[in-house]
Amino acid sequence: MEQTDTRTRAGSPVGRRVVLGVVGLGVAGVVAGRWLSEGVSDVVASTAPGLAGVIPAAGGFRIYTVTNGYPPFDPATYRLTVSGLVAEPKSLSLDDLAELPQTQMTKDFQCVTGWRVDDVPWSGVLLRDLLAESGVEPGGQALQLTSFDGAYTESLTLDQAMRDDMLVATTMYGAPLEVKHGAPVRLVAAPMYGYKSIKWMDGIEVTREVIPGYWEVRGYDVDAWVGRSNGRTDEPVV
Amino acid sequence: MSPSSDATLPRFAPAERWVHRGLGILVGVLLVTGAIMFFPDLSGLVGNRQIITTSHEIAGWLIPVPLLLALLSRAFRLDAGRLNRFSPADWEWLRSRDRRTGRIAVGKFNAGQKLNAALTLGALIVLFGTGMVMFWSSLFPDSLRTGATFVHDWVSLALGILVIGHISMAFGDATARAGMRTGSVPLDWAEREHRAWADELTGGMTDDVTSDLSPR
Repeated sequence: MEQTDTRTRAGSPVGRRVVLGVVGLGVAGVVAGRWLSEGVSDVVASTAPGLAGVIPAAGGFRIYTVTNGYPPFDPATYRLTVSGLVAEPKSLSLDDLAELPQTQMTKDFQCVTGWRVDDVPWSGVLLRDLLAESGVEPGGQALQLTSFDGAYTESLTLDQAMRDDMLVATTMYGAPLEVKHGAPVRLVAAPMYGYKSIKWMDGIEVTREVIPGYWEVRGYDVDAWVGRSNGRTDEPVV
Repeated sequence: MSPSSDATLPRFAPAERWVHRGLGILVGVLLVTGAIMFFPDLSGLVGNRQIITTSHEIAGWLIPVPLLLALLSRAFRLDAGRLNRFSPADWEWLRSRDRRTGRIAVGKFNAGQKLNAALTLGALIVLFGTGMVMFWSSLFPDSLRTGATFVHDWVSLALGILVIGHISMAFGDATARAGMRTGSVPLDWAEREHRAWADELTGGMTDDVTSDLSPR
């Protein structure tokens, strides 16, 4: 009976060793994690890109929405308004947008939480081309961007908006934007962290000064340059 | 005297059941909110990022509470000691193909339960630590933040699998579930599933065991 007598507390403390082993692996993983996660990301990207959204830290986009799910829209009635301190306010349909000069750019997409998707091809209308259509009036120094999700807003200074890597995007990977990526129209503020790239965008208002956006009033930097803000040192997006 | 069919053995003290309940609720909230944040399709379906992240953080901070309170309970400490120790019979149980037949007398916990407990505790510690790195991310360099996120993702996936396994085992055994709910189990169940433990409590005798037995 002695083999089965648990009152003697016979046996080795395997439980403790397993706990310590798991903790040790965890610490090693934290230290080596950047290297590991890049390795996993590369392998998934080259073998099974479809898995990127499912496998942890495998290099896919993560989807952040701040309201109840995805906001609905009707392509026939959707309008992007340009208002505020402009000579000529506009209300642009998707067809109107398609008739403006189209620009393509391929840029890394870097999130402030750490994930990065390399070489994402976008196309649409440069923000500065769109603003030129309406004509910014003297005193207009910033933009407030709004989403038809009813909650999310973003901001840019006018100088930032005039860069050649600030795109009002309507396609991604050569196809119309998916709903989860902001259909039908989103901003791609390529040199800045992802939260600047407002999805489901339906309004551009030229303002006198910067009005901090949704995450910015919740502690994130207003000037969100990749690698130079939010305490991060990621490789800048060029 | 013959064993009466409704004889029971005390299995879990009230403190242990409350700890199990509290920890179960917290881990449930963490796994569900974590999955919502992690899987893009779920994220889109549910939205409300701010509420989801805040719930996840609060539940995460509370995780040590039931575990630390549990240490105040003598019954919990004794059971933790049992879970910690692997006897030669445990190794044999793990290796054998007939581990469910009752040939190998199992103590209060079988080796699978012991492994599950140790892996779960290890995972919770790792998740708590990496969660703090992510919460106070500005205090850590990018490489550690990326590393912590990476480990947090993978370990929570592993914990999710453990928890699903734990729940599905419980679904397969209503008596074991009742043991955690009410604190006691029928003697015949104990003799079938945990013979060495039943013998230990009854001293090898099987009658009149409910009157004065408390965990020793």
